[in-house]
Amino acid sequence: MKRQLPFLLVFLFGAFMVFQYYVPHESSEFVYEFLLDWVMIIGIFALALGIWSLYTVSVDKIRHKKENWAYSYVTLIGLFIMVVLGFTYKVGDSWGFYSVFVISLMTLLGFLIQTSVSKDKGLWLGLSGLSLVVALGIAFTDDSWGIAFMTSEGLSNTMFTNFADFVLTPILATMFSLLAFFIASAAYRAFRARNILATLLLIAAIIVMLRFNPYMPFGLPEYMAKTSNWLMNVPNLAAQRAIVIGIGLGIVATSLKVILGIERGYMGKG
Amino acid sequence: MKKTTIITFAVISALFLVSWIAKGMFTEGSSPFLDGFLVTLAAFLTLAIMSFLYKDNPYYKFAEHLFVGVSAAYAMCLGFWSTIVGNLIPRLSSGISEFFKVSYIEGDYNFIYFIPIIFGILLLMRLSPRGGWLSRWPLAFIVGTTAGLNFVRYLRSDFINQVSSTIVPLMIDWQGFGHFFSNLNFSATGQLVMMFSNLVIFIGVTCGIIYFYFSKEHTGWFGRASKIGIWILMITFGASFGYTVMGRISLLVGRITFLFRDWLEIIS
Repeated sequence: MKRQLPFLLVFLFGAFMVFQYYVPHESSEFVYEFLLDWVMIIGIFALALGIWSLYTVSVDKIRHKKENWAYSYVTLIGLFIMVVLGFTYKVGDSWGFYSVFVISLMTLLGFLIQTSVSKDKGLWLGLSGLSLVVALGIAFTDDSWGIAFMTSEGLSNTMFTNFADFVLTPILATMFSLLAFFIASAAYRAFRARNILATLLLIAAIIVMLRFNPYMPFGLPEYMAKTSNWLMNVPNLAAQRAIVIGIGLGIVATSLKVILGIERGYMGKG
Repeated sequence: MKKTTIITFAVISALFLVSWIAKGMFTEGSSPFLDGFLVTLAAFLTLAIMSFLYKDNPYYKFAEHLFVGVSAAYAMCLGFWSTIVGNLIPRLSSGISEFFKVSYIEGDYNFIYFIPIIFGILLLMRLSPRGGWLSRWPLAFIVGTTAGLNFVRYLRSDFINQVSSTIVPLMIDWQGFGHFFSNLNFSATGQLVMMFSNLVIFIGVTCGIIYFYFSKEHTGWFGRASKIGIWILMITFGASFGYTVMGRISLLVGRITFLFRDWLEIIS
């Protein structure tokens, strides 16, 4: 029951998704749409599970003072600030005591972590309760903002979008831009024209880089742009297609193994 | 903690404060100090990530850990509001929809949407030591549905469509040798280039696949085809490499522009 039923479910739903493609009937497409919605909805529960896992891993690092444990506070503060901002919204012209509410929730988080870490649990639990009372007091008395569990305006919270624009985007863009330096260092090693294969790599890369370089001093010769376009659209396409066919066959084979119950690694042990 | 670490931290904090106050004082708008804080924070995080070029350091670790927390919560909030409130709640009941201020979608089969909620709750049972095995049911549903979906999708898009796009006519608009030689040119849309491109695509894909086929020894004609496959692959890796480098450099230019224009306001 514990292991057999999941395999049966995998087979039934997998086989249905395969066969519905070959049965273009209204009822088949109806069920197909339902199942796709279900996957998305269950995915959100999985995301909540992931958030809980992140919380427990971070608290565990703090509790056992593992390597770089202090940075786990940063992760948790970022997580909680973003959750609070994502579920609250502005009602009137001003935010009122909203900043005090956010700070008291952050303090509550800190005290709760200290409660699980410290030996003197009573003190930290009392302080947690106090922070909670302050947060709830502001939440119930301040009418200038609301908890967005009641409306879809939660995402219109300007601070939520500000945090996405001024925290997430700069970090993500800078991390990717750093790869330019590491790629340059890798290029130094890879681009030495030691044999015909390395020379082909070097020539193709130089042509494409010159094509996309906006700072060419005398402008880009037309034949260079055409050669680069041809390289991207013909030989590049051919090899990419060979790789994609290989990947596609691999995914199809793996899917078939999963549906037929040959591949069972996803079920874990026990 | 080392003395130099404390001094560095103090200097960076002071610079952050100075930048925030200066931006707040000289920025126009409804909330200059908030705008100033956000721009200074973005600049600080940009520089913190860039500091990794020197070596791994506490400022980089700070930005890295902040990113993990903020991005996880961002994904969850977006998922909740778009999927749960946007897709699920309007189908559950008019009362709950009214509570969430979303319009109720009437339907005869809306009760079916309680099943993913049950599956979702079963998935959360993973946290329970005794009922953890129940989480395998929704997992089996997701794995089975995704496997079935991928089977058809990848068979169609990554295999059948790719093969049919490769088997293209090698003789395009062929009206005899006389017409071919009289209209000979190297234009990208010309007959010669088009025919040559189709030939390269066909040979490139075939030889590329042969290179990845390891069940037969790469000797004789098979080995020669495999060698052509490597050449085509090396050209592709070079082209992809160049393309990626330019993409990354454009991101770097964007970050440096942000630092010098939006933060320091040195360039306009």
